Amino acid sequence: MSAIYILWLRELKRYMRSRVQMIASLGQPVLYLLALGFGLGPVFQRAGNGSYVQFIAPGVIGMSILFMCVFSGISILWDRQFGFLKETLVAPVPRMSIMLGRTLGSATVATIQGLLVFIVCLIAGFRPHSWTAFPMAFIFMAMVAITFAALGTAFGSIIKDMQGFPIIMNFMVLPMFFLSGALYPLSHLPAVLTFITRIDPLTYGIDGLRGSLIGTWHFNFTLDIAIMSVIAAGFLSLGAYLFSKIQI
Amino acid sequence: MIRVDNLVKTFGDFTAVRGISFDVQQGEIFAFLGPNGAGKTTTIKMLTTLLKPTSGTIELDGLNPMLKQKEARQRFGIVFQDPSLDGEQTAYENMELHGVLYHVPRKVRTERIENLLKTFELWDRRDDYVKQFSGGMKRRLEIARGFLHTPKILFLDEPTLGLDPQSRNQLWTHVKRLNETEKTTVFLTTHYMDEADRVAHRIAIIDHGQIIAQGTSAELKASTNSDSLEDAFLTLTGESIRDESASSADQMRQMAKMWRR
Repeated sequence: MSAIYILWLRELKRYMRSRVQMIASLGQPVLYLLALGFGLGPVFQRAGNGSYVQFIAPGVIGMSILFMCVFSGISILWDRQFGFLKETLVAPVPRMSIMLGRTLGSATVATIQGLLVFIVCLIAGFRPHSWTAFPMAFIFMAMVAITFAALGTAFGSIIKDMQGFPIIMNFMVLPMFFLSGALYPLSHLPAVLTFITRIDPLTYGIDGLRGSLIGTWHFNFTLDIAIMSVIAAGFLSLGAYLFSKIQI
Repeated sequence: MIRVDNLVKTFGDFTAVRGISFDVQQGEIFAFLGPNGAGKTTTIKMLTTLLKPTSGTIELDGLNPMLKQKEARQRFGIVFQDPSLDGEQTAYENMELHGVLYHVPRKVRTERIENLLKTFELWDRRDDYVKQFSGGMKRRLEIARGFLHTPKILFLDEPTLGLDPQSRNQLWTHVKRLNETEKTTVFLTTHYMDEADRVAHRIAIIDHGQIIAQGTSAELKASTNSDSLEDAFLTLTGESIRDESASSADQMRQMAKMWRR
C-alpha cells in the first residue's frame, strides 16, 4: 500500500514541479478549441447544430486527458533504461503495486490537466448547461484518465525502442481521438464510420463528458458508465499483465 | 553469501552465459571482470532477479532468488550501469522513496539517510534536485541509496563509468569503508583494472560466457607471469576487440548522451 502511495505521489510531484510542461501541454487543446471551435463554428451553426464551441469543448477536454495519459505511459520505455523505473523493478514490492501506483499517478495528473483545460474552455466562452452537472463530468474525466493511463502503461511495456512511439501515435492514439465523436456528432455517419466509432473506447468517455456538460447524449449515462467501467477494468488488467512481463 | 552453480543463459540461439560457477564469501569484495559482451551484465541481471536463468542454480544468502523473489530482493542493493535516480526529486526524496519501497521503518530510515548522505558528502545538497547533480554526485547518491536498507550484498555494475579519477577514488574509499563497517558483501564489475586490483579481495575473469580464471589479484598475476592485473587480463582474454552489434539500449544510450549536458 505504502509503495502504491509513494509512487502515486511521485507522479503528482513531478507534474506540479514542471510548470513549463503544464503550460505547454495546454497549447494543443487551446489550438483545437480556438481554431476548430471558432473556425468551423459558422458552418456548424448553419447546419442547425448550435454552437460548435459548446459541442467541441468536452471533446477537447477528453483529448487532453487521452494524450497526457499516453505520453506518460510511453515514458516507461525511457524510464526503464535511463530512469527510475529500474530501481522500482528490483525493489521487494509486487509489480502490481508499482504498476498501480504509476498508472493511478498518471491518471490523477491527466485529470488535473483535464480540469485545467475545462477552465480554459470556460474562459473561451464555454458554458455547461448547469453547474450541478459538474460532479458527473468529473466522474467521466477520471474514468477516461484511468482507462487510458492503463492503456498507456500497456503500450509503454511492449514497445522496444523510440521508433515504436510514432507507430502508437499514428495508428492507435490519433485514430482513437478522430474517430471518437470528439469533433463531430455521431448521428447520420456512414455505416462503416458508425461501426468504427462504436468500437472506439474514447467514444463513450466523450459522450459521457458531453452529456454531463451540455446535456446532449448520443447514448445515455448508464450505458456510457457501464461500457467505460468494463473497458477500464480490461485495460488495467492488460496493463498489469504486460507490465509484469517487462524484462530489462 | 552468493553461490552460483552451472549458470546458463541463452537468448534464442545465442548463449550469453555458458555454465559459470563461483562462490562469494560474506564480507568479501568480489570483482567480476571481462571484455564487452562477455556476459557480466547478464550475470548480474540473473543474480538480481531481473532475468530468469535458462538453467543452473543461484543462491543468495541461502535463498533461491527465483522462488523467494521478495525476500531475496530485500537482501541486496544494486547500482545499475545506467542511472536510476529520479532527477525531478531531491536527493533526500530519492533516499526516502527507496526506504519506503524497501520497508525501512520511519525512524531507522531518517537516521540512516542522514548518516549515509553525510558519509557520501551529500548532506549539504540533500534538498537539491538530482538533475542538477554532477555525474560523480549522482553515482555517490546511488551507492548511498543502495546501502540504505542495510543489504547483505551490494551489486555494482560498472559504477565508475565516465567518472574522473578523483570521483572514482573517493567512491571506492566509501565503498571499502562501508564494506568494513557494515560487513556488506560487494559484487562489482568494472573495466578499470587498477580499481579491481585495489579494492577486490578476489577476482573472476569471464570471457565468451565462461569463467576463465579466478583468484586473488596476486594469484592471477602469478599464473600469467604479469606485473599488473591489466597485463594478466589481456593475457587471459586476448587482445582482440569485441564488436557487439548495437542493441536498442545502446542506441538509446547514445541519445541519452546527446540530451544530457
